[in-house]
Amino acid sequence: MSKQEFLSRLKKELSGLPEDDIAERLDFYAEMIDERMDDGLSEEEAIADIGPIEKIVSETIAEIPLSRLIKEKMKPSRRLRTWEIVLLVLGFPVWFPLLLSAAAVLFSLFIVFWALVLSLWAVQVSFAVSSAGAVIVGIILLCQGNSQKALLTIAAGLILGGLSIPLFFGCKAATKCAWSLTKKTMLGIKSLFIGKEASK
Amino acid sequence: MNAQMKRGLLDICVLAAIKDEDSYGYQIIKDMKPYIELSEATLYTILKRLEAADQLTVRSIEQGGRLRKYYHITSAGLKRIEEFREEWKEVVMLYQYITKEGHHE
Repeated sequence: MSKQEFLSRLKKELSGLPEDDIAERLDFYAEMIDERMDDGLSEEEAIADIGPIEKIVSETIAEIPLSRLIKEKMKPSRRLRTWEIVLLVLGFPVWFPLLLSAAAVLFSLFIVFWALVLSLWAVQVSFAVSSAGAVIVGIILLCQGNSQKALLTIAAGLILGGLSIPLFFGCKAATKCAWSLTKKTMLGIKSLFIGKEASK
Repeated sequence: MNAQMKRGLLDICVLAAIKDEDSYGYQIIKDMKPYIELSEATLYTILKRLEAADQLTVRSIEQGGRLRKYYHITSAGLKRIEEFREEWKEVVMLYQYITKEGHHE
């Protein structure tokens, strides 16, 4: 890939950001490539050293707050024609509920997912608590001389306790997974506002 | 290192890289290479943030037929480094407490 190709691809991928912001970023990368070439690297090597464009774009998106991306997207790049405004207004009862329900669906998926994680934790905690409870009750029964019942209760308590340990690590893993999925979704939402506007 | 901590430290690292004399993007990355891997995208964001906070200024100087952006630390930038040094003393004290054997004597 040549420097020019690299820059034009990067420009395409970053479209959606403010024009002057893109220009400044491109200048920055152009300088970085030139510096490496001054250091004796070939054009290809210099570009390879900077790293893949996908990584640059995802790092860039991650650094920009979602609110700014939306604001930039909302700003029309040209003046709307009259018929477009009429359509937008007349179509409001159609597009607004659709947009709202899409957002609601996404949001509820999120809640469901986290609720799942939360309920896993609830199971884990109840296992641990009832395990301790059963052991205590068992000891009380033992003191009362009811040894058969006591042993049964303690055994049940220990089994519950034993089950709660792997469950704990399962819960931890589920939480971690939910968290990284949350972050990925956020990045996904952000990237909806960036790039893919090559025709513009 | 956690992301929040790294973010704060990298700001100071970049300020430190231009503290003694003005420097440019690639030089900053090279200077920091032995200590931490700094990607172009991250450096760009940091430079922008520091510029917005008036902790550095930028000027373009012609160098071998092209423009190179030089970054110059401001008094606010120097102050930020100084503040960091003061804060870090507290961090070191807490670190000593955390790693100390026998907390009750």
